[in-house]
Parts: sequence; structure tokens; C-alpha cells
Amino acid sequence: MNEVARKPIARFVPLIVFAALIAFFVVGLAWNQTHDARFVPSPLIDKPAPAFRLPRLNDPTQFVTRADMLGKPYLLNVFASWCFACGDEHPTLMAYRDKFGIPLIGYDYKDAPQDARAWLQRHGDPYHEVITDQSGETAINFGVYGAPETYLIDAKGVIRYKHIGPLTPDVIAKELEPKIRALEQAGT
Amino acid sequence: MKRLLIIMIMALALALSAAAFAIDPLPFRDTAQRDRFQHLTRELRCMVCQDESLLSSNADFAKQLRRQIFDMMQQGKSDNEIKDWLVARYSTFILYDPPLAPSTIALWFGTPAILLAGGIVVVVLLRRRTRPAGMIAEDPGDDW
Repeated sequence: MNEVARKPIARFVPLIVFAALIAFFVVGLAWNQTHDARFVPSPLIDKPAPAFRLPRLNDPTQFVTRADMLGKPYLLNVFASWCFACGDEHPTLMAYRDKFGIPLIGYDYKDAPQDARAWLQRHGDPYHEVITDQSGETAINFGVYGAPETYLIDAKGVIRYKHIGPLTPDVIAKELEPKIRALEQAGT
Repeated sequence: MKRLLIIMIMALALALSAAAFAIDPLPFRDTAQRDRFQHLTRELRCMVCQDESLLSSNADFAKQLRRQIFDMMQQGKSDNEIKDWLVARYSTFILYDPPLAPSTIALWFGTPAILLAGGIVVVVLLRRRTRPAGMIAEDPGDDW
């Protein structure tokens, strides 16, 4: 092969490299459209839920602990009266509270109890029980960094699923319900 | 003129330092501890804000974690212990300096690999260019 024959191919090398770069950019941009880099998988999945002892919203002299909740699966939904996205999620919770088949526990996050009570009175209360974490210290152990967040905790107290952001009928049908049904089948 | 310049530089330095970290009334034992705290929190991501460190963010989340980290430092915890504690809760996403793991190999070695590949291309092209044209015709062995 001589110089003349080789040249046409060599001429296209920069074009190929440039096309590869463009492909990287396009894939990156497309990925960003459907993924939020902040919504990272929790390292607590399939790990025991952290211990907690939190007062009930409707009777702050009574406490609910992790041990109290053992024996049956439940959903823990982190919300707050100041949380805008929680208002978006709220109608979905109202519609699904009895369809989950397991208790829906509200986790009032960094909120004044009277504000939370007023919020639930105004919008309706989808929860079977609400516990309050005014300081947010327990929430750190759960890895909470934004409300709303929803945890599925099994009968042994292990976190099986976490969703960050508002639950939607789509997320419930595609992700949450199958996980709940799987727990029911396994009997845990 | 010179004095004005000095004043301007000082004003700029002040403005920059105020923007560099959020101010909490944390009672540090000494400046060494404060420096350690600032160094550590600068390497940690504020999970709720876009591209801000725990040190620089004014978000409630960052304030609370700064307090938590401060308390752990008072308890004598090392930087690595504090980082492990945070990673166990918030995943390695909270670290600005990602650890070497199977999922981060491309991140760690991708850029050096591309640089190396580019360097090889440059070297090959330069060697070819400096070689007399007649030699290329006689030497078909190094085609690529």
C-alpha cells in the first residue's frame, strides 16, 4: 500500500472521532432527560431500617419505635406541610391508601406538629398513623434528604424499596405494587 | 492609586471568602479544628442543592449535617469514620472525590486512556511526517 492509497481513509479519522464525541454528548443529554442525578439509589436497600423512637402526631406523649412496627410490612412516607411536592403527591396517597394492602405510615419531617395537623385537616389524612421527627435527626439515619420519600419496610424491619420524589400511579403500578405483592408471597 | 488597588483587592478577598462558605456559629476548639472541618465539608456534596458542597450551602440539610459532622469531630471521630458514616446513609454520591470501584473505572481511567490514545496518534503522525516520502513507499509494515 502506498501513500496515495492510504490517504482517503486517514482523512476520515478526525470525522469518525468527532462523530464519536457527538454520540457521547447526545447519549449524555438524552440520559439527563430521563434521570435525575440527585436521585441516587439508597445504600440502605435490603438493610435493616435504622432504629427510631418518634412521637405520634396526634398524641406526642406516645412513641412509636422500630420494634413496634415489626411483624408486618408497612410503607413509610416522608412528608411535611412545607413540602411543595408533597401536595402534588397527596391526592395519589388518598386514592391508594386502601389499595396498598399494608399500613401507610406518615413521617412528618422537620415540621411543627400544629402545621402538620392543620395540613392534614385541610387536605385530608391518608395515613394510618403519623410519627413526627421535628429535629430531623432520625431522618439522617434513614438517608432522607428531600421530601417526599417513601420506604417499603418488611415484617423483619428491612428496607426493601425506596422512592424519592412524589409517588405517582405509574410508579406505584410499575415499582411499588410488585414489591408489595412479592413481600406478601414470600410471607415476610 | 496603589492604595486604591490594595483596598479593592481586600474587598474582593472579603467578598470571595463570604461566598466560599456558609457561616455557622460552631464553637471550634482551635483554628486547626476549624480548618479540618472546612477541608472535610468542602469534599462533601450537599445532596439537595445543585453543585454545592456541604461547606458552602445554606440549605437546611447542609446546616444539619455540618452540625452532625462537628459533633462527630468533637467525639474524636476521624475524617474517614465520618465519611463512612455519611456514605452508609447517603451513598458515595455524597463524596465529591469518588472512590475507585467497578462503577467508577471509566471515570478514573477514561480521561488518561483518551489522552494516551491521542498522544499515540500524534506521535505516529509526527514520525510519519518527518520521514522522507521515499521511505514510506518502501516500508508497508506500519500501516494503521
